[in-house]
Amino acid sequence: MPKDHGIGASPKRREDVRFLTGAGNYTDDINVHGQAYVHFLRSDLAHGKINSIDTSAAEGMPGVVKIFTGADFEGVGGLPCGWQVTDKNGEPMKEPAHPVLAQGKVRHVGDPYAAVVADTLEEARNAAEAIVADIEELDPVVDMAAALEAGATKVHDDLSDNLCYDWQFGTDTETTDAAFAKAAHVTKLELVNQRLVANPMEPRVAVGDYSRAGDEHTLYTTSQNPHVIRLLMGAFVLGIPEHKLRVVAPDVGGGFGTKIFHYAEEAFCTFAAKACNRPVKWTSTRSEAFMSDCHGRDHVTTIELALDADNNFLAVRTDTKANMGAYLSTFASSVPTWLHGTLMAGNYKTPAVQVNVKAVFTNTVPVDAYRGAGRPEATFQLERVIDKAARELGVDPIALRRQNFITQFPYATPVAVEYDTGDYEATMAKMEELMDIPGFAARRAESEKNGKLRGLGVNCFIEACGIAPSNLVGQLGARAGLYDAATVRVNATGSISVMVGAHSHGQGHETVFPQVVAEMLGIDESMIDIVHGDTSKIPFGMGTYGSRSLAVCGSAMVRATEKIINKAKKIAGHLLEASESDIELKDGQFTVAGTDKSVAWGDVTLAAYVPHNYPLEDIEPGLEETAFYDPANFTYPAGAYACEVEVDPDTGAVSIEKFVSADDFGNVVNPMIVEGQVHGGIAQGIGQALLENCAYDENGQLLSASYMDYAMPRADDLPHMANYVVDHSCQTPCTHNPLGVKGCGEAGAIGSPPTVVNAVIDALHSGGHTHVSHIDMPVSPSRVWAAINGQ
Amino acid sequence: MYSFDIQRPTSVADAVAALGTDEAQPLGGGQTLIPTLKQRLAAPSVLVSLSAIAEMKGVCTMDDGRLSIGGGTTHATVAAEASSYPALAALAGNIGDPAVRSRGTIGGSLANNDPSACYPAAALASGATIVTNAREIPADDYFQGMFATALDEGEIITEVRFPVPEKGAYMKFEQPASRFALVGVFVAKFSDGVRVAVTGASEDGVFRWSEAEAALSSNFSADAVPAAPSGDGMISDLHGSGAYRAHLVGVMTKRAVAAAS
Ligand SMILES: Cc1cc2nc3c(=O)[nH]c(=O)nc-3n(C[C@H](O)[C@H](O)[C@H](O)COP(=O)(O)OP(=O)(O)OC[C@H]3O[C@@H](n4cnc5c(N)ncnc54)[C@H](O)[C@@H]3O)c2cc1C
Repeated sequence: MPKDHGIGASPKRREDVRFLTGAGNYTDDINVHGQAYVHFLRSDLAHGKINSIDTSAAEGMPGVVKIFTGADFEGVGGLPCGWQVTDKNGEPMKEPAHPVLAQGKVRHVGDPYAAVVADTLEEARNAAEAIVADIEELDPVVDMAAALEAGATKVHDDLSDNLCYDWQFGTDTETTDAAFAKAAHVTKLELVNQRLVANPMEPRVAVGDYSRAGDEHTLYTTSQNPHVIRLLMGAFVLGIPEHKLRVVAPDVGGGFGTKIFHYAEEAFCTFAAKACNRPVKWTSTRSEAFMSDCHGRDHVTTIELALDADNNFLAVRTDTKANMGAYLSTFASSVPTWLHGTLMAGNYKTPAVQVNVKAVFTNTVPVDAYRGAGRPEATFQLERVIDKAARELGVDPIALRRQNFITQFPYATPVAVEYDTGDYEATMAKMEELMDIPGFAARRAESEKNGKLRGLGVNCFIEACGIAPSNLVGQLGARAGLYDAATVRVNATGSISVMVGAHSHGQGHETVFPQVVAEMLGIDESMIDIVHGDTSKIPFGMGTYGSRSLAVCGSAMVRATEKIINKAKKIAGHLLEASESDIELKDGQFTVAGTDKSVAWGDVTLAAYVPHNYPLEDIEPGLEETAFYDPANFTYPAGAYACEVEVDPDTGAVSIEKFVSADDFGNVVNPMIVEGQVHGGIAQGIGQALLENCAYDENGQLLSASYMDYAMPRADDLPHMANYVVDHSCQTPCTHNPLGVKGCGEAGAIGSPPTVVNAVIDALHSGGHTHVSHIDMPVSPSRVWAAINGQ
Repeated sequence: MYSFDIQRPTSVADAVAALGTDEAQPLGGGQTLIPTLKQRLAAPSVLVSLSAIAEMKGVCTMDDGRLSIGGGTTHATVAAEASSYPALAALAGNIGDPAVRSRGTIGGSLANNDPSACYPAAALASGATIVTNAREIPADDYFQGMFATALDEGEIITEVRFPVPEKGAYMKFEQPASRFALVGVFVAKFSDGVRVAVTGASEDGVFRWSEAEAALSSNFSADAVPAAPSGDGMISDLHGSGAYRAHLVGVMTKRAVAAAS
């Protein structure tokens, strides 16, 4: 019988009550008395030299408080990059300056070069129109290959070229080349992992506030990690010490990675609040979001797979160009390297794996982590090339994968990571069962009767979550620790507030975290609340991204709760006049083992705060504990995915008829929330596979700058719920964290794109279009039609 | 948005008077105009809302059998009430989403004449008459290229009169992002011949595909649809080349004929 509380139960999400009844408190709901509004002037050129910005006509316009340009930020720091990558020659990556407002040049459409603060937003916009900017158009650098050509126009004049770094990783060249030389078969594939826009439902917002009384700054912002913003903005940009800077990220309406980063608008509002002596608010329009939120993906890759005569994988070699955009965003440099290269072994025991990545500056919006961050790119290449190899060799794609699975754990890959545990055979078998693979032929025949081509696509994935062991990532170039922290504050009557470093922006922490604490203490979940998102209330934790919340912050919470239990047992022992070691905690009661002597949770917590009868000589009063947790390893969720598509050969339209995911997330605390995470991830993966495309023209103009042209997945693009099965019954618990959990937030977005593309190719082959070996995403109707017709 | 004054007249005459002032513009459902204003791409000093004019709303059948739709009638109302012309009702019911259909109007759509909009195909294929406060304009004279129409400054579409064909169907292949027509084909079979209007495809906006009309007038079957037109002059963008759109014109025409038969 499913549990109805604690770990393994699926209580409804308590936060949804306020979200669905309009009682949420989002950053845009925050209005500080006397606030002014900022409007940013953003470049409409991809690349231009700022000759002059004349603000004189705008200065005196109604409502104008102050006008800022790049000159106002001279002497202020630039936006920092949090990860230093070292290239294959041992040289550090190139790090161009990233001023809050452009100085000298504008480098992408949307690059802010001036800002007007006024009493109302409309007054700010009116004044902005009176600013005369003389910006001379320069040749734009858009295409990555062209950007790397000798003599190409430079995005940053002070750098030697547009190459940020040339990185090589994994097996050495000699060994890799030798493996390819002895291969019986080599499959090669060139592919694009297209640029995406994250599009959280809530656009970004920042409100800066400054108190002269205490020389204190407050920034309200739409962030996934308020402490990271406090660290980066305080230490690197504005020079504000931590105790004078409070960062609040209240309810946040989705992040998907794009709200990890420290953005210019946050620094601007914080800076301007002091300069204007007034709170300053910015609310992004959707149009601004398209050209100022960091984009995701944008890799162009050649991958080669070498196999021996028995179809065993011998080697994988990749050559990727990764677009950084015009500036290095907070974690941009780590995505195509450490978050991507380390996953290139996939689920397979390939002995040689070499990853080559050139990161390139272009006159486009900066690119950084987006749901999956590097891992979807790795999975897509590998699983597409394996599928192509199976087709070339005429072998079953499932059998080919199975034959090459890693089966012994722990397993050290040629790309630096050690998988602690897994069972890829189990998830594959589960997927086959749920997909009803034997019934496919009949379903295909039925589709053909209706003039449609039906295809079956399968693939596997592995990811590294729960970032990260700080000492390891430190060696790899991370400029921050990636532990997390939690404080468990037990109140006198036994209710509990848990202050966590993780940040919930849709994940449901407020529901899940109490399930864990309630299970440990044997008390009701309703007695426990989670506090997050305010640096003045929570311990210095690192926030939520990379499916790390439960694995890392949840582990800290477990450790802190263990400390609480230990201390509470001491108190209970005193009250029961028994030895602490004889005290057992069960169902919220402390009992002396083997007796009926017991004391309730609430009596112990009361004693801690009303210590009249209390062992004050041994322990302090109060019941509050903090733990910091630094994981010993990443966690490695993995799974097998499959989907069936129907292709309309007349129009090229693709519809997804059936989708199955069989994931291994280790232990699962709230199955309903896990399934929701996977459903959402798959929806985004299907969005990438079929619909989404952030496209620039050759002048660096953004072609998909609104929902008129940027296609988001909608409910009717997804399979009917009856044919949309997400399974997590295969569980190999993580071996190194106390809950045995692995993380589920990104799996769907990682595992689904190759599944869909593999299925489309399968469908086309069944219709005799065997010349089509690949279609780049999004696999839109026009691209399918063009592929069929050899256009 | 720039600031503007808004007026809500209750009669066509008052609306026409209000539009006589400089820089005044009619406001239908606002589904196109309001986003334009928010982006500061238009700056009317007066908006004359047509939404309170009762005489511009509703669907009825005229004595001569034509379907009359008030220029201020929303897509949702047409979807619900144009039951004597099922292809038209279905077209209206498939525009945008429920919010768009509850606000957007047929007059606004035809006045705007977006090259990817649905109603222009229906009006042209049906041989509708666009009735304004000043005159009656046959559909064949009304559409004058992308976003261009025969309307004069300040002229209001008060009514649209649709002859109801014996058979008709609209097939829309949706642009994946906007879900406007990447290509939409409206086929209408009258006793004296077949009319075929294509939206979404041409750089000149909605057009009649005369080769298909001729072929279908003598044999109204999907097999009779001629080879797809040339891709020259077809819209080419992120969502499809001119050649692809031209191909879809053929496919959608066949499907429309099959659906109408
Ligand atoms: C999300 C979304 C999806 C959509 N999808 C589709 C779709 O699939 N297919 C489709 O065809 N359309 C679609 N539309 C457009 C929709 O049909 C609009 O309603 C229509 O384009 C404009 O009608 P409106 O009444 O809102 O006009 P408004 O936006 O108010 O006005 C548009 C223009 O027409 C003028 N005008 C308005 N009424 C009159 C009148 N009676 N006489 C003269 N001039 C007038 C205005 O001055 C303005 O210039 C979509 C719109 C949105 C926002």
